[in-house]
Amino acid sequence: MMNENTIQINNPVLSVRNLSVAYDQNVAVKNVSVDFKKNAITAIMGPSGCGKSTLLRAFNRMHELYENIHTTGEIILNGTDIMKLPPIRVRRHMGMVFQRPNPFPTMSIYDNVIAGYKLNGIRLKHSEKDEIVERSLTDVALWDEVKDALFKKGTFLSGGQQQRLCIARALAFNPEVILLDEPTSALDPIATAKIEELLVELKKQYSIIMVTHNMSQAARISDFSLFMYLGEMVEYDKTKVMFTTPKDKRTEAYLTGKFG
Amino acid sequence: MSMEIASNSHYRDHSTARMTKDKLFLGIVIGLAILTISPIVLIIYKLIVKGIKQISFSFIFETTPNTYEAMTALASGERIPGGILNGITGTLLMVVMAALIAIPVGIVTGVYLYENQKKKLAAIVRNTADIIQGTPSIVLGLIAYIWVVKHITMGFSALAGSVSLSIMMLPMIVRSTEETLKMIPNTLKEAALAMGVPYYKVIIRVLIPTGFSGLLTGILLSVSRVIGETAPLMLTALGSTMVNWDLSKPTSAIPLLVWEFYNDPNMVDLIWSTSLLLMGIVLLFNLLSRQFAKSRK
Ligand SMILES: Nc1ncnc2c1ncn2[C@@H]1O[C@H](COP(=O)(O)OP(=O)(O)O)[C@@H](O)[C@H]1O
Ligand SMILES: [Mg+2]
Repeated sequence: MMNENTIQINNPVLSVRNLSVAYDQNVAVKNVSVDFKKNAITAIMGPSGCGKSTLLRAFNRMHELYENIHTTGEIILNGTDIMKLPPIRVRRHMGMVFQRPNPFPTMSIYDNVIAGYKLNGIRLKHSEKDEIVERSLTDVALWDEVKDALFKKGTFLSGGQQQRLCIARALAFNPEVILLDEPTSALDPIATAKIEELLVELKKQYSIIMVTHNMSQAARISDFSLFMYLGEMVEYDKTKVMFTTPKDKRTEAYLTGKFG
Repeated sequence: MSMEIASNSHYRDHSTARMTKDKLFLGIVIGLAILTISPIVLIIYKLIVKGIKQISFSFIFETTPNTYEAMTALASGERIPGGILNGITGTLLMVVMAALIAIPVGIVTGVYLYENQKKKLAAIVRNTADIIQGTPSIVLGLIAYIWVVKHITMGFSALAGSVSLSIMMLPMIVRSTEETLKMIPNTLKEAALAMGVPYYKVIIRVLIPTGFSGLLTGILLSVSRVIGETAPLMLTALGSTMVNWDLSKPTSAIPLLVWEFYNDPNMVDLIWSTSLLLMGIVLLFNLLSRQFAKSRK
């Protein structure tokens, strides 16, 4: 059941009910129920080790790759209970961006963007590939920087460019949700600012859920904020509301820098 | 003032003593280093001096002479006729065949070990690989003799030779595959999995290409190791005076020829040139594998 410190979201893109995740016996996410708004940025915040990554990775069922991780609960994507679908199909509907940029080192920039198609063995016409590459790279504001170097290795780019390439790779499949786990924590402030700008632009087309360890980042770009503490969802609200009038003492302590 | 001088000179005494020690130590290190490389330098020098005059077009493109031809040439002081083509082709045939067996089996096994780090069977496989690595090559030859010579080809054969060499190559390929895959960051794997790529495709299309130079290094090293193997081939391929491409027939090999020449007083002169060529090939593979190891990062 939803606790009192959450808000109702109409027509959510993603709904989670009673989600718990345990590493062996250690429960890292405890009974989280939450709805995510379409075409918005939702930030998941909380001190290190509170279960942010664990929660995010439950959404696209990454935990099922590891035998010692146990997940229970419901996940509903646009009205479909995705816990009943094969995980491989689920993952293609959600793009994931990791903490450190991780372009495939053997692939060119071009191939990195369409890696999802290539690796899955989905055949595309040349014109389709070109179109997807240009659209995805344009969406992440990388097209002008790399359009003359598309067949160079992605690993030659700067860290910030690599991370934008990874976002482009996640967009190429037209996902319904983009999951990002501290996507700027390995980047310098200028590259970070660029990515933040980009995410604000991207929410017009996509729904974004982002883990961040950085409160001011959440305040700058997110529409909704979810605060976690010791594996529990403590508070979930519009970012503006949470940052001005937090309902829970723990949220307030976190936002005023008392821990984490 | 005097205090200062005293402490200064004390410091200087100490430092000269240390410098003498340093120099002595450096001298010992250089001496030992020279001692270590001298045998290899001497061998290569000897091989070149005694072997180079035999190396010619016909040495590489003709088969071995018989002992009478060699004797006649020897008596009239001419160059021994013929060459070692049968050995070169035999080594090529058996090493390629051995690689064709060992590479797929080794890579699949290495991937299995990587994927199942903690399983009991993985520990058994890993230990077995170590045991094979430490097994004398003649024993591996004996195994191929029992499996292939006695039961499959019903006689000495290139296939039996290849099998014995492939068993020797396996542990190196298995371990280098496992080690290479372990060095690939987990997040690369997860990036592919997060796009809904099935696990086996992630291995084939992401992990193996990413670790390709590492795998190649292991393969080249294992090839360079078996090219010079003689003992297992004596029990399996036996040898032949003709060029043979038939896997079911006895076959020569470069190291086998070294041994045969050594045992024939009329042809003993050929061991230098043959060893020189063998050494050159082994060195080439070694350098190639180093090159790939370097290009890895
Ligand atoms: N692979 C794992 N195996 C075991 N425990 C883990 C693993 N990953 C995370 N944990 C534990 O789960 C808890 C939450 O971790 P995580 O979700 O990574 O936190 P956050 O992303 O908020 O820093 C921590 O106590 C952590 O130690
Ligand atoms: Mg985390």
